[in-house]
Amino acid sequence: MTLSLFALQLLNGIEVGLLLFLVASGLTLVFGVLGVLNFAHGSFYMLGAYLAWWLAERTGGLIWAVLLGVPVMLALGWAVERFAISRLYRRDHLSQVLLTYGLVLLFNELQRTLFGNDVHGVPAPRALDWTVSLGEMQTWGAYRIFTSIACLCIAIGMRQIILGTRFGMRVRAGASNGEMLEALGVDVRRLFSVLFSIGTALAALAGMLAAPLTTVFPGMGESVLVVSFVVVVIGGIGSIKGAFAGAMLVGIADTFGKVLLPSISSAIVYAVMAAVLIFRPQGLFGEAQAR
Amino acid sequence: MTVPLLEATGLHTYYGASHVLHGIDLRILPGECVTLMGRNGMGKTTTIRSLLGLTPPRAGEVRVRGKIVTGLPPHRIAQEGIALIPEGRGIFPTLTARENLTVAARPGRWTPEAVLDLFPSLRARLHHLGSQLSGGEQQMLSIGRALMTNPELVILDGATEGLAPLVRRQIWSVLRRLRAEGTATLVVDKEVRPLLELGDRHLILVKGRIAFAGDSQEWRARAEENLVLLRA
Repeated sequence: MTLSLFALQLLNGIEVGLLLFLVASGLTLVFGVLGVLNFAHGSFYMLGAYLAWWLAERTGGLIWAVLLGVPVMLALGWAVERFAISRLYRRDHLSQVLLTYGLVLLFNELQRTLFGNDVHGVPAPRALDWTVSLGEMQTWGAYRIFTSIACLCIAIGMRQIILGTRFGMRVRAGASNGEMLEALGVDVRRLFSVLFSIGTALAALAGMLAAPLTTVFPGMGESVLVVSFVVVVIGGIGSIKGAFAGAMLVGIADTFGKVLLPSISSAIVYAVMAAVLIFRPQGLFGEAQAR
Repeated sequence: MTVPLLEATGLHTYYGASHVLHGIDLRILPGECVTLMGRNGMGKTTTIRSLLGLTPPRAGEVRVRGKIVTGLPPHRIAQEGIALIPEGRGIFPTLTARENLTVAARPGRWTPEAVLDLFPSLRARLHHLGSQLSGGEQQMLSIGRALMTNPELVILDGATEGLAPLVRRQIWSVLRRLRAEGTATLVVDKEVRPLLELGDRHLILVKGRIAFAGDSQEWRARAEENLVLLRA
């Protein structure tokens, strides 16, 4: 493997990891703070991608699709929390799996009805239709650079919000003791709604940004859901920092696996997870004791 | 006649099928200090949880300044000006001490500076996580965090339990100061003597019922019977 090929794969791995982080961060927050195991999280990614395709066809570009699609998905997330997820807060994981898996079926049906079952491509914005050459053989697409930078900015923004604002403070407090927060006069239900809604929009945004890279197809939600669970488990449930580290690890391992060991590439991600869990059963940044 | 700051009538509270409170009546006037005594498992914490809506009573009514709050979510009841310092202190372990103070703060005369004047030893610990503080520091922080919501009524469940004598004295003196400043308090503790010195009125709970209610003088007049009620 030449140095330039190595560099390209590394950059691709980081980009895959960053997109994965957008999905996994919502999943880990919803599990860590709301205590809900949300199987429908991958569906938001899928719906984001379909919405990006559908809106891009009609508005003339991905940028418009994102600007219109993110508010739509924020609203959808709010509605799903209000009418479905909020009924689960005092229930066990089995009820959560049943209901959120039901939502997966519902959203898949919605996708079939609204958008059909065809595979679609979404063109990258024209302004980003150029490449950077890496060495003699490899080129790196401008859209991939843009996606990586955008995701990185979002990740940094999330860190600032969680560590530096009162909303973030309350999210962290709610993760350890929601009842105490409520008893001090904070509307924890609304905090949860907002958080779930943001998590939904982040997953959808990842789907939108990924659309030009991966195409849009039925079932894309389920595959990203499984990998996101792997990321969350590697990073430690409920930890944003862990989700970031886990997403990077999985993104890079998956990308290199496909190049170096194509015959067993699909197993590599799980091998990484197993290896991490042998040494740190609670995940890289997880609390040793579940709450 | 003054409208009570908090008034509960006929509270019946259950945990699942088990009937814990059997008709609790309780009133706290503005600025008054009421104490709640009783052995373990007699319903002190359940009474507090019922007042705040954390475990809503199945029958009975809670009013704040005459307004019915039963059935409201706990944050709405707290916003009426009630702050809780729970058993076990309830410090957010992953937040710093400073964040614990500000996370639920509402505007008023209590500011971080005012709380640090009350508990100077917290000043050096502001940037430590809640989980890194000692029990005494956590209790001071929990009191400070409650005051930061600028309440009219502070509910203290287990004021000094498990704390060193020096910290206990400090907490009793803070409670006296709150009383002098006109903040109403509902205090639960195991130490009878300081409660009698501090409180205007006292309640003793036995198996979810009020077995005694009266002021310090009345309490002392029945001291022997009351001590039997409190003996473990």
